[in-house]
Amino acid sequence: MNVEVTPLPGIGVRKDFPLTAVRRRIGVVDRKDGTIDLIFTKIGDPDATTQIPMTEAEAGTLANLLGAPQLVGQLRSEHRDMAGVNTRQLPVSENSPYDGRTLGETRMRTRTKASIVAVMRAGQAMPAPGPDFVFTGGDVLIVVGTTDGLDSAANILKDG
Amino acid sequence: MNATTLAMIQLGAVFFGLGVLGRIAARIGMSPIPLYLVGGLVFGEGGFFGLHAADEFIHLASEIGVVLLLLLLGLEYSAAELFTGMRRSWMAGLLDLVLNTTPGVVVALLLGLGPTGALAMAGVTYISSSGIIAKVLNDLGRLGNRETPVILSILVFEDLAMAAYLPVLTAVLAGLGFVAGLQSLGIALLAVTVVLVVAFRYGKYVSAIVSSEDNEIFLLKLLGSALLVAGVASALQVSAAVGAFLLGIAISDTTAHNATKILEPLRDLFAAMFFVLFGLTTDPRSIPPVLGWAVLLAVITTVTKIATGWWAAAHARSSRLGRARAGAALVARGEFSIVIAGLAVSAGAVPEEFAALATTYVLLMASLGPIVARVVEPVLRIVTRQPKPELDTADE
Repeated sequence: MNVEVTPLPGIGVRKDFPLTAVRRRIGVVDRKDGTIDLIFTKIGDPDATTQIPMTEAEAGTLANLLGAPQLVGQLRSEHRDMAGVNTRQLPVSENSPYDGRTLGETRMRTRTKASIVAVMRAGQAMPAPGPDFVFTGGDVLIVVGTTDGLDSAANILKDG
Repeated sequence: MNATTLAMIQLGAVFFGLGVLGRIAARIGMSPIPLYLVGGLVFGEGGFFGLHAADEFIHLASEIGVVLLLLLLGLEYSAAELFTGMRRSWMAGLLDLVLNTTPGVVVALLLGLGPTGALAMAGVTYISSSGIIAKVLNDLGRLGNRETPVILSILVFEDLAMAAYLPVLTAVLAGLGFVAGLQSLGIALLAVTVVLVVAFRYGKYVSAIVSSEDNEIFLLKLLGSALLVAGVASALQVSAAVGAFLLGIAISDTTAHNATKILEPLRDLFAAMFFVLFGLTTDPRSIPPVLGWAVLLAVITTVTKIATGWWAAAHARSSRLGRARAGAALVARGEFSIVIAGLAVSAGAVPEEFAALATTYVLLMASLGPIVARVVEPVLRIVTRQPKPELDTADE
């Protein structure tokens, strides 16, 4: 992907790239103070962009939403030949009982036979998290298991 | 009532009044600078009230305000950004310089403000307000636009030009003879060059010296070094403001970011005092005679700034709308015009009409700038009969 990087002196850096299907550009303005704006060019005025300011947490969540499906898709295709095994992305919401607690405390494997193979945080995949891994609201878990197991895993993350 | 008590009451009233003015400005979406100036005019010499008990404090506070304004301007940029910005924009920057200093010089000469007044007025009409412009670009959601880097690099050029201009102005205002003037100018330009090179090569050491984990220590070291550098620069006739600006450039990366965060409220406080003081020292009765000239100057320099931005954006192959937006964004003048005018007035080297002209001009341009930036798009669409673009939810 050809990402264009443009310095914005005093403000930060603009990074964007063209979307082939719609002939628009999409990207971010990375500000010096650490906040991020999502930008995409407007219809009818390719010089102007729609600018959406995001907090760090919001940007991280969006990055997870965009990054997790790829990982899930990859794992699914690897498990294609194994009947009954599935991969799903499950969120740890801000009001989940496990926000701020460790992976071990969920006793996920014992209760559901499903295993957490990766955690998406701020757009980064953290593979094979151990029992000491501490969840925070906004994390997206990549979980592998049977369909039933995944359903109960989703309930555990939601209601404890 | 003793003097301290009276000073406290007067200062309290001034601060509180400024707070109320600032709130009004925020409500109607304008820069608070014009309101601070008006506040000063109302309280000052020939205004409704006189404030004398707090005079000394306000004077010192306003000096610190200038130092902080320039220090934070320097903190905004890294030396690398200055160099690349300069390389990109020197043609537009020169056009900007010529188009926007000329009206100031001509009007000052026509008004009989003398060559010193003309030199100072050139700076007042030339320099756009990077504070107002950055805020307007953000408020209008134009950070991602194609013309925005063009606008910002012109601002970079202006700020560098100011680093060279302020020592010249200081030397002229000090009324040094030709040789002494050249000498102090030489020292100044040498200092500017040395600091830029040091900042570019060894910026991280400068940052390491002022940096600290502890906020209190950090603030003390920052403020201390800024005042020290400003004082030494001033002693060398280089202008305290330039010293602070260069220190700001030399501090880089996370240290610069933390410094900005910690100093911003202080700058706002002291800079407000500076604007008030400028208003205070201007006699409102001297404004009506120069009002016509100020309006004329405002109209001309609005057109010249729009022309500058239009040309620069066209050079970057922006659309007509983008060119218009770039031009309109540059119109606002504000804090730095007042810094320049303040230097001239406090040196006592310019006639009284100068202060009146500068105040009125900045009053007009600081209020007009954001409005022009906002309305340029709809106006151009009406003029060229272009329909408003369809809603952004539609697919292509």
